[in-house]
Amino acid sequence: MKRWPTFSIRSKGRLLAVLALLTALAALLSICLGAVFVPPGQVFGALSGQITGTPEARIVLFARLPRTCGCLLAGMALAVSGAVIQGVLNNPLAAPNIIGVNSGAGLAVALCSAVFPGVSGPLAAFFGALAGVFLVLFIAEKTGAARITLVLAGVAVSSMFSAGIDAVLTFVPDALNGYSDFRIGGLANLSMSRILPAFWVIAIAMVLALALSGELDILLLGAETAQSLGLPAKPLRLVLLALAAALAGAAVSFCGLLGFVGLIVPHIMRRLVGEESFWLLFSCALGGAALLTYCDLLARILFAPYELPVGIVLSLAGGPFFIWLLLRQRGGRTHD
Amino acid sequence: MIELQGLCVGYPGQAVLENITLSFQPGQVLILLGPNGCGKSTLLRTAMGLQPKTGGQVLLDGVPLEKRSAREIARKAAYLAQSRTVPNITARRMVLHGRFPYLTFPRRYRPQDHEAARRALEWADASDVADRPMQELSGGQRQKVYLAMALAQDTETILMDEPTTYLDVGHQLDVMDVARRLAGQGKAVVVVLHDLCLAMRSADEIAVLSEGRLAALGTPEAVYASGILDKVFAIKLGRMETETGFQYYCTKR
Repeated sequence: MKRWPTFSIRSKGRLLAVLALLTALAALLSICLGAVFVPPGQVFGALSGQITGTPEARIVLFARLPRTCGCLLAGMALAVSGAVIQGVLNNPLAAPNIIGVNSGAGLAVALCSAVFPGVSGPLAAFFGALAGVFLVLFIAEKTGAARITLVLAGVAVSSMFSAGIDAVLTFVPDALNGYSDFRIGGLANLSMSRILPAFWVIAIAMVLALALSGELDILLLGAETAQSLGLPAKPLRLVLLALAAALAGAAVSFCGLLGFVGLIVPHIMRRLVGEESFWLLFSCALGGAALLTYCDLLARILFAPYELPVGIVLSLAGGPFFIWLLLRQRGGRTHD
Repeated sequence: MIELQGLCVGYPGQAVLENITLSFQPGQVLILLGPNGCGKSTLLRTAMGLQPKTGGQVLLDGVPLEKRSAREIARKAAYLAQSRTVPNITARRMVLHGRFPYLTFPRRYRPQDHEAARRALEWADASDVADRPMQELSGGQRQKVYLAMALAQDTETILMDEPTTYLDVGHQLDVMDVARRLAGQGKAVVVVLHDLCLAMRSADEIAVLSEGRLAALGTPEAVYASGILDKVFAIKLGRMETETGFQYYCTKR
């Protein structure tokens, strides 16, 4: 298998600086570009409060700023969540959906759309995602928290919840309106008040995940070796997965089901910075934020004034990439 | 020092180890021999507290293992598992992880940890691969790195589960040479092996397990003289005297 180069600490620092610049540029472009172009000078004026009351200032403050913050936050959370899940399960093909995030959130949103039509479901999505994950973790914990059990429990719970979603949509077809927006995923019509609760959840979970990056490194050596080095592997595995669930759950609560961010960003970053969790999580946060913001920008400007759902752009870019990744992985050695 | 007193391990309705009494003496290489499935790996895992016991006691410096924290155990005994994940990190980073039991929050490796890792790599003769990714190393090179990780852990006892599996004969001898040198430093070294001839020439003491019980314990000479290995493995173990001592060989009975 061909290898991408891995970098020294100094190079990793430089790489993070480049990623931070790319992310900042993505944020700026995301605020400037769209159906109406807002020059950077006016953007800074509106953000600093020097320009108020103009249509451009209102576009910046009430449409593009929340949307850009949503992109950054969701990309960051989904990518870090994916990196943690892949590390804990030692499965490079794992993503938040594998531990029941998507199906849990989806069922909750479908139920919410059926029972309380017209009511937005971010809270339902968040608690649904957590409920899905905790059910998976509960089953896995009862059976020893082995990695394969976690994956199998995730598959079982996801298929049950998917059946639940189908049942709800069959009995209450009107629920499809609310559910389909959530399923495709998107960042239109966001407001700062809608993403603020998710911001706090993501910020706290991110800090905790980075604080546990040393433990995650040891967990990557395998449960027996980790335990022999003094690490309580089983509870730590569950704690890290709960953090990943909080990150992904908070993200899907306001952006719906966005595929591939949690899968491809950790893959790219792992090849660039290696598997040291601290660097990996940090670079995933920046890379995920940049990727989702650029994809959302493309979704907005490719067919302007029409807008593609960002989930479609992500899947169109992510699908071929993932197939290429699978082809590259053929013959890779990860175990003795 | 780790002592097993009347140790029993098993699952409901099935005993894996029964009434094992054994101590891992400092300065000695103890080799565990026995047919597949006789409980050798289970014995090592239970001695480390990685697997629950159903009876008896495991004492670490006279204190029951249950009363020690995982971190305390990790500072006293290192364990080289039989099946190992190979992460995509450099060999040096891998060895550094051996220092994990000594870290406090936020778990960043200190200069003394880097120095301990450097020494361990040197000791295990793996300095030349220190900056190469683990996934690019050969089986023999990886084994040396794992050994270096166990050395970096700086423990009084080192338990190795089949450390010579998949290695060519040169690397097998290298690994057992490291084991002997560690014992020479006063550490208790316990090794599970399948190669009887390598075991007989490398051990200070040999413990033979059969069907979950301790069938024999003694020096290679005494174990050979007892004929227990012939019985347990259904073979004929022979030896011939050479300039460097006895060389052992096996034939089918």
